[in-house]
Amino acid sequence: MYFDSLQAVLEMDGHGMFVWSAYVVTVIVLVGMVAHPLRRRRRLLRDIGGALRREQGAGQEVTN
Amino acid sequence: MWSFFHKLGSPPWLYGIAGSILRYLLPVTVIALVVGAVWGLLFTAPDFRQGNSYRIIYIHVPAAVVALAGYYVMAAAGAVSLIWRMKMADVAMKAAAPIGAALTFVALFTGSVWGKPTWGTWWVWDARITSMLVLLFLYLGVVALYEAFDNKEAASKACAVLSLVGMVNIPIIYKSVDWWYSLHQPASIKFTGESTIDSSMLYPLLLMITAFYCLFACAMLMNMRAELLEREAKTGWVRKLAAEGAH
Repeated sequence: MYFDSLQAVLEMDGHGMFVWSAYVVTVIVLVGMVAHPLRRRRRLLRDIGGALRREQGAGQEVTN
Repeated sequence: MWSFFHKLGSPPWLYGIAGSILRYLLPVTVIALVVGAVWGLLFTAPDFRQGNSYRIIYIHVPAAVVALAGYYVMAAAGAVSLIWRMKMADVAMKAAAPIGAALTFVALFTGSVWGKPTWGTWWVWDARITSMLVLLFLYLGVVALYEAFDNKEAASKACAVLSLVGMVNIPIIYKSVDWWYSLHQPASIKFTGESTIDSSMLYPLLLMITAFYCLFACAMLMNMRAELLEREAKTGWVRKLAAEGAH
């Protein structure tokens, strides 16, 4: 490891603010990039499944 | 060979194979990103001229490289969808656009934050930076154009044309640091001739570039899977999947 304390890691000789803000924003964007399609797919499956059950429920009422 | 193309045009097959690839690729990608970032942030020596601010290179360069590569993917998918009317190519083009936009944004943002301690300014209307900003607008243009049309086919055609016309920008981005006097430094990694970067810095950088490529692939496959479900919502295979509650 290049740095000898946590303080040094955070400060990075005065460049800490720049380096860490760049990394934090990047992590947020990358996580969003993966989380967005995941949520969208789960929501779609749930909605389609729900519509399907309602459809089947309605169908049973008719046949009964 | 033809049966492969036939399968490629089959939504349930594509959905399934994308899921199988993701099961392995996504964990590997996350590990590679974490290892690469920790390596670059904590285990490399600072640059002798820029000090520690140079550590932004481990996200800036991979994001920029993959943002550019992603444009080829999007434009190629656009060409296939335009010429052969292949529906899956359209799904691929629509999946690539928001990821490209996100990565271009990351490249611009990290570049800006790197510019402040290095050049003394957050932003400069430099050829490289301006052409990357145009790339961001091209990606966002494709995303917006999809939303602007009610007719799916017209939307796909317009987006394919826009992404192909936008290809003009790609060589400009590559060559911008050589053609114009620029604040942005020229490429440090060269395929021909010796790279002007020390190998202790090169290895974590190469790892991060590879990881970003994998992340692009993962996000694109995930976008395609969601898009396939939406487009095929009325078909038997999607209904079966939804009824099973499979994820």
